[in-house]
Amino acid sequence: MSLTVENLSFSYGRHAVLQGVSFAAQAGELLAILGPNGVGKTTLFKCVMGLARRYTGTIRADGVDLAALSPRERAHRVAAIPQAHPLSFRYSAFDMVLMGTSHGLSPFAVPGEREKTAARDAMARVNIAPLADRPFDHLSGGEQQLVFIARALCQQAKILLMDEPTASLDYGNRLLVLGVARDLSRAGYTVLLSTHDPQHALWYADRALALHEGKVLAQGATREVVVPDVLQQLYGRPFALLETEQGPVLVPKEGN
Amino acid sequence: MGSEKRARRALLILGLVLLFLFLLSFSLGRYGVPPLTVVKILAARFVELFAGKGALQRTWTEQMEIAVVNIRLPRIVMACLVGCALSAAGAAFQGVFHNPMASPDILGASSGAAFGAALAILLGASARGITLSAFGFGIITVGLVMLVARRAPGARLINLILAGIMLSSLFSAGTSYIKLVADPSNQLPQITYWLMGSLSGTRLGDIPLAFLPMAVGLVPLFLLRWQLNLLSLGESEAKALGVNTGRVRLILLLSATLVTAASVSFSGMIGWVGLVVPHLCRKVLGSDHRYLMPGSFLCGAAFLLLVDDVSRNLLPVEIPIGILTALVGAPFFLYLITRKEEKL
Repeated sequence: MSLTVENLSFSYGRHAVLQGVSFAAQAGELLAILGPNGVGKTTLFKCVMGLARRYTGTIRADGVDLAALSPRERAHRVAAIPQAHPLSFRYSAFDMVLMGTSHGLSPFAVPGEREKTAARDAMARVNIAPLADRPFDHLSGGEQQLVFIARALCQQAKILLMDEPTASLDYGNRLLVLGVARDLSRAGYTVLLSTHDPQHALWYADRALALHEGKVLAQGATREVVVPDVLQQLYGRPFALLETEQGPVLVPKEGN
Repeated sequence: MGSEKRARRALLILGLVLLFLFLLSFSLGRYGVPPLTVVKILAARFVELFAGKGALQRTWTEQMEIAVVNIRLPRIVMACLVGCALSAAGAAFQGVFHNPMASPDILGASSGAAFGAALAILLGASARGITLSAFGFGIITVGLVMLVARRAPGARLINLILAGIMLSSLFSAGTSYIKLVADPSNQLPQITYWLMGSLSGTRLGDIPLAFLPMAVGLVPLFLLRWQLNLLSLGESEAKALGVNTGRVRLILLLSATLVTAASVSFSGMIGWVGLVVPHLCRKVLGSDHRYLMPGSFLCGAAFLLLVDDVSRNLLPVEIPIGILTALVGAPFFLYLITRKEEKL
């Protein structure tokens, strides 16, 4: 399923957060969204998820305007994978995943065997089946992310939004989650992933979108976007890109 | 999953405990009726509903039947209804506000109802008039809270809580003023007694009147129990999972308000039940509202029935049940929150 964003603008009061953002992401593609804090990455995701509604421009999934859809219809197409966060109540990992099936149910129904099977399959797909009965809040940050990913999978939406999924994870878990995200894009999902680390984009993303002051600074193949020039504009610091046998490595240039 | 089987078994046990307490409660009281006779009297009444009067031979005295059917039955059923309603409302409010400290009076239903009752007593209304006034003001208060919250900018949930606090204290001030101007020889004690909460005035005719609004509210609370799980994750996550959060939340809040106002208007102010019972259930059943909601129904009914039995039997003079729920509820709650956390 393709996601097409055209001329998207959004303001909080007088403060313009996004101004005329246009891009498209195709099935089978991992699109990394780069930019400093407060540049509108989260707002962009909120617009796609229907949480920020007063935007101008259009957001389409396979040609269908998302603004016209109910939360339930939207959930059939777009799944969000939030950052790890504390819960008010304790649910098991399995129940968290099971909640992803809700949009297919009547609001007055509870999940049945079909939904439970879908949840078990989704957990198995990201190799967390053994965690099913564990309380969600007892899991590590990486495991919680995988639970959210499994939940998105059993939501059966083809567009996955990951808003800084690696923000609170240790290094190993970051690479684990990013690897899963890439595998999913290879399996035909359209994955949008915002990250603070351009190196991650270089390693895992097919294409990249650089946001600067609410506008698109650059977009295209990751190797064309994640270049010292763009990064200096984004983060206000000089970088060097070293070509190694294992791929490109970014290093900050200090002292000048 | 294993936890589901365990939760189902716990629900079954809760149901049996409630049934046992329900039958036992008929035997408790100054006029002793053996438990077996209680069952016979109730069964006879039930059979007579279909077969007409005198279908069964009576092996008990007239007084026994009056004590069981006219005096104890209304009170026992009302205790179950009120306990069930307050606990269900508590569980619903806690889920909707994703805050385990929320209780049924969070949106001002109880304060409004108290004001309505005090006003009706001041104006010399009948018992039915007091109930109606309490119910009406309970609903009106929550309606006002929702209107205020809708007009305010910012996060809806926080606005609801703030508006609830504000209007609660407004109506409490009104109640205080009514107490000040009420006739101290008869009205003031009546108001004070009402505010303490009691089921002693319950009559058989009250039951259908209380049951109707409670049923109207409890059915959606039960049906929407899976949506409560989603809502408790927070607004944006629930929405992203496909929940029409505005509509589902409104139905839940209205239903919870309806059952709260209905209970308060018949029983007076009975605190702690709506806060303590869902917590107790969470310790036994887990937080999943699929089991927590029916668990709160059963456990709330059993809890209030038990407390009411104590309230009418412990001392020669009846202790208002509101005092007892606080006396039992507060220390119990303290125990719950200080107890070492165990696994799900």
